[in-house]
Amino acid sequence: MERPEAPEGAVWAEHVAPDGYTHRVLARGTVFRLANPEGGACAHVLLHHVDQPWERLNVADTVKVQWNAYGGHLLLSDQGRVLASVESESGYDALCGTTPKGRDMFVRAAAKHGLGKRDLPPSLSFFQGARVRPDGSLHFTGPAGDVVTLRAELPLVVLIANTAHPLDPDGACTRLEVTAWRDQPTGPDDPLWTATPEGRRAFENTHEYLSARGSA
Amino acid sequence: MTVVAANAGWSALIGAGQTLTIVDLEGNQAVDFLVYSAADTAERYSAQDTITAQGNIFLTTGSVLMSNERNPLMTVVEDTCGRHDTIGGACSKESNTLRYGHHTRPQHACVENFLAEGAKWGLGKRDLVSNVNWYMNVPVEQDGTLGIVDGISSPGLKVVLRAEVDVIVLVSNCPQVNNPCNGFNPTPVRLEVA
Ligand SMILES: [Zn+2]
Repeated sequence: MERPEAPEGAVWAEHVAPDGYTHRVLARGTVFRLANPEGGACAHVLLHHVDQPWERLNVADTVKVQWNAYGGHLLLSDQGRVLASVESESGYDALCGTTPKGRDMFVRAAAKHGLGKRDLPPSLSFFQGARVRPDGSLHFTGPAGDVVTLRAELPLVVLIANTAHPLDPDGACTRLEVTAWRDQPTGPDDPLWTATPEGRRAFENTHEYLSARGSA
Repeated sequence: MTVVAANAGWSALIGAGQTLTIVDLEGNQAVDFLVYSAADTAERYSAQDTITAQGNIFLTTGSVLMSNERNPLMTVVEDTCGRHDTIGGACSKESNTLRYGHHTRPQHACVENFLAEGAKWGLGKRDLVSNVNWYMNVPVEQDGTLGIVDGISSPGLKVVLRAEVDVIVLVSNCPQVNNPCNGFNPTPVRLEVA
């Protein structure tokens, strides 16, 4: 497949076919964008801290700290730090995870970074999701959203599998577009740093960690 | 039969066909719980596979705790409480700093219990994933807002789990004192393998 159009200086530009996967190491501050050009992509995403991949996306902390199951602007690690920030109005699915096909792709993508099955926690998905009824039952909400922009707040291994949502009765999806370019991490002057007290403390923890190891 | 003191951890190997009973002795006590296949601990409880397999975020009688390989690990065969959480995960010193302030970092937390109990079985940090919270009520409102609310657990309620394969279970009797999940007062629970 042809590469998608990407801005000058892009560090990543790729189409991910239906039932395909991709993976990349991204520097802190890199902006990466997931686009859904045909409207049926479902991007299953995992994030690991590249320097210490035992620190990784924690979906439970991500939903609990932001008090919302359907979306938030911070993707948090199990160490109380910000792995990535998110610009998206359409939110994400933190509840349903992926399918056996998606998991198989995560296993292979992770292996290419020296990571094994023990390194694969629950995942997030973008562009397809579900809602919870008062009795706890789930209903699939189908496609939503055409672009999600994320910013690496720590150096990351990004694993992405593009495959149907586990509750999708059709079990099909369309291609996903991924582009990335160098930019700056969120700083204390950015509105997101102070948008919530919980988020501010997560950015403070991230900054404190980077300062102590000499990379802030 | 074992009484797990308030704030403490516990773990055990439970053979296929055996049951584990968890009794909330004084009520309003969250019990954080992870389960692994004893034959290959890389196969472990998956909250997301459990949720999608049953089409519901709450656990109760009949719920099957599914692994990341989509195999049944344990089945809830009896539940006198009616609703248990799959999405809130465990409290940790690190997440406590976000939710309740940097000053709460020294407080004990479920992840500390999981790490200590897991180490007895060769399990480490990489092996911790989203866990079950027995007796915790985390409703999701229409706009996605999460509640961690009080109110459905009372003294003497029990959950009985049957192992479908040989499993290792890790338990943390939740020490959280900053929200209502333990009624602000962690209390003992009784565990019985039969
Ligand atoms: Zn806890």
